[in-house]
Amino acid sequence: MSKKLLSGPYLVWMVGFTVIPLLLIVYYGLTDRTGAFTLANIISITTAEHAKALWLSLGLSFVSTLICLVLAYPLAMILRKRGIGKGSFVVFIFILPMWMNFLLRTLAWQTLLERNGVINGILSSLHLPTQSLINTPGAIVLGMVYNFLPFMVLPIYNVLCKIDDNTINAAQDLGANFWQTLVLIWFPLSVPGIISGITMVFVPALTTFVISNLLGGSKILLIGNVIEQEFTRGSNWHLGSGLSLVLMVFILASMALIAKYDKNGEGSAF
Amino acid sequence: MMKRTKDNLKRIAQDFYLVMIMVFLYAPIATLMVLSFSNSKSRTQWGGFTLRWYGEMFESATIMNALQNTLVIAFASALFATIIGTAAAIAISAMKPLPKTVIMGITNIPMLNADIVTGISLMLAFIAFGISLGFQTILIAHITFNIPYVILSVMPKLKQTNKSVYEAALDLGASPIYAFFKVVFPDILPGVLSGFLLAFTMSLDDFIITHFTKGAGINTLSTLIYSEVRRGIKPSMYALSTIIFVTVLVLLIITNFAPHKRQEGR
Amino acid sequence: MKKNSFGMILALALGSCAVLGGCGGKGGNSGSQGDAGEVYVYNWGEYIDEEVISMFEEETGIKVIYDMFETNEDMYPVIEAGGRTYDVVCPSDYMIQKMVENNMLAEINFENVPNVSQIDPLYMERSKSFDPENKYSVPYCWGTVGILYNTSMVAPEDVPTRWSDLWDEKFNGEILMQDSVRDAFMVALKSLGHSMNSTDEAELLEAKDLLIRQKPLVQAYVIDQVRDKMIGGEAAVGVIYSGEMLYIQEEVAAQGLAYDLEYVIPQEGTNVWIDSWVIPSNAKNKENAEAWINFLCRPEIAKMNFEYITYATPNKGAFDLLDEELQNNKALFPDIESLDNCEVFQYLGDEVDSIYNDLWKEVKSN
Repeated sequence: MSKKLLSGPYLVWMVGFTVIPLLLIVYYGLTDRTGAFTLANIISITTAEHAKALWLSLGLSFVSTLICLVLAYPLAMILRKRGIGKGSFVVFIFILPMWMNFLLRTLAWQTLLERNGVINGILSSLHLPTQSLINTPGAIVLGMVYNFLPFMVLPIYNVLCKIDDNTINAAQDLGANFWQTLVLIWFPLSVPGIISGITMVFVPALTTFVISNLLGGSKILLIGNVIEQEFTRGSNWHLGSGLSLVLMVFILASMALIAKYDKNGEGSAF
Repeated sequence: MMKRTKDNLKRIAQDFYLVMIMVFLYAPIATLMVLSFSNSKSRTQWGGFTLRWYGEMFESATIMNALQNTLVIAFASALFATIIGTAAAIAISAMKPLPKTVIMGITNIPMLNADIVTGISLMLAFIAFGISLGFQTILIAHITFNIPYVILSVMPKLKQTNKSVYEAALDLGASPIYAFFKVVFPDILPGVLSGFLLAFTMSLDDFIITHFTKGAGINTLSTLIYSEVRRGIKPSMYALSTIIFVTVLVLLIITNFAPHKRQEGR
Repeated sequence: MKKNSFGMILALALGSCAVLGGCGGKGGNSGSQGDAGEVYVYNWGEYIDEEVISMFEEETGIKVIYDMFETNEDMYPVIEAGGRTYDVVCPSDYMIQKMVENNMLAEINFENVPNVSQIDPLYMERSKSFDPENKYSVPYCWGTVGILYNTSMVAPEDVPTRWSDLWDEKFNGEILMQDSVRDAFMVALKSLGHSMNSTDEAELLEAKDLLIRQKPLVQAYVIDQVRDKMIGGEAAVGVIYSGEMLYIQEEVAAQGLAYDLEYVIPQEGTNVWIDSWVIPSNAKNKENAEAWINFLCRPEIAKMNFEYITYATPNKGAFDLLDEELQNNKALFPDIESLDNCEVFQYLGDEVDSIYNDLWKEVKSN
């Protein structure tokens, strides 16, 4: 009983600063400029531009999430093996870049990727042909992977650290090779970490607009850009809210899909 | 012999992989650090070595104020979020499945919304409540989006704690509070701390929510940097970022490699 | 491990606060906090010489609370919602019109702003397109939009002179366009010979098709980065605000670049923009706001700001104080004749705005 009281402050806080603001968004999303009820804002997701933007966002975030996973998993295994994870050193190594401002970091990538940028400078000094790297979908994916990789590494690393060495040894003693251990032991035991990693990469990647502006040259319209523009330049909060609601539904649906594989209810974030 | 060579190769490959990831993570940061010493406002050209941006940075009252605001807000919001979030996580873990699912769903909302939606909806809510926008509203907003990170960090640790030890302590006559701090708290401490750290970091990095919830004349480093975009970001911002980065790195190295004997355990 | 990580995190968090925060704090409420009250100023980032703020505080005893925004569109919801109130704001032309139409501005009492006489009547005349009776606004900076080109990447015979040159296949992948609805449509509408404030649906559709045709040639849609990208030699031509020119010329000289960047006002005419000071209707210190505007209109002060911002000043007195070389800088202060076809952006109402937005979305998603 007393334990439940502990959630009191949190519940009050959440109702005040999450639920009520959310209801305001729902209100805006379901009304037009005159205040009359309408579903037009929600339905507008089916227009060609919005559907395409949503589709592109889903695609790019999916690719980024996949790349993050592929990069992060071996990394977490190596880190675990090396025992670099003493203390929270490893956590800091991945969080530290985030202490440089997000905008500055992304601008720095521009400096690296540009036609006369650092990478092409290195390539041409090696007499290799220069590449056009910036203003491509690839650059957007790179920006997403860069910014969200820590969110994939940390939960996976955390969950791998909890796996008992004896389990692995037992499998190997029983004659399992590396791939068998990986598929039969490592993966199943690290599912919660993978799931929270996927969530924490996929969601921000789906809603971002700064990365596609700075690294994609704004030539690719993502759903995040559409929503941002409706709130700022277009100043049509009703449409922006309606599209946000649609986006939330998509996120919730994909999370529900993922959660089916998470038998314990929720993954371990950190 | 063969095995050893193979192991060595594997080790080298692993080292190579680690180094590549580190290069990837830190390349832009190195770029910014180099730019902070460049005697040119341009982002693409090297203009010769200078320390003038560092001088300008310390002289600018605007930057120093923004720095102070940023740190105070990050620290305070992370602290409050940690206290509220940890208490909530303990309560939630004792709940029945249905309320638990509902509350966890609400918890995820700030993480699922686009920042601009969270920012504008909070601004509207503050105005509806009659809270005048100022320092306090940034703090409230940051606490709001920080709490989920704390809860998500603490919950898994709580799940791992052994309930019977806590019950045993109660049976032996310990008060619930005493038993909690003696038995449960040490177990979940790493989760609490990484929640705090993550909250601190998120608060440092936020721009959009701060923009809409801040009061007049109050700037954080993020809002300051964004307001400079139109006229070109001053390299003093790179200088400041470099100092923050180096400070944290030095502190990190000192604490991690301090001579005192540390307890092992994973 | 637990003790260790606890120590580490605490030490880091506290340590960084102490070390970094130690340098903070000294700044802030500079200047004398007089009895004359306060004035809340909302301006573009880097849009004033900070020295001017302290001079104002010293002279008048009014404390300045200074705040910055990034775009007109960021500023508008803040003022509209009224969650924080400002006494004096510096939006652009079309946004001023929008604020006037939505009753968000107060009439300026020009008895308190005698220095308004220093503003060239020409600009007061131009302001009438968004503030018909010159009741609400006092011009602060102005400029044009034009094409910037790189002399080493564009052959002399290919130098752009018209907007329609931005559709030339020669510039494939070498064009930087403005990433904002109205600016992009201005380029297309002007090149078709229409008004950039057009509300005619057929004209807008025509402009949209033109922009879609241009998209494969465009390297990137950017706003503020045209300048840095052009200085860095990333692209051959870019659409840019004239205010950046002085900075660009100085940087090109300072970096000893092998090329020059030249600015052209296209023959079809362009957008003349004006950023002006206005007073929101919910301002709490209206008289102080008027004192602020009056102070900024003083020629010496306007000259200081011009030298810091490098955007053209509408202040005749300040212009007369400048070096002859600057006065003759045609990129900054173009001849009046070359502005014959030019217009000032107007607010076209929410309805038309959303038509523009929808068409722009079509361009961008294509």
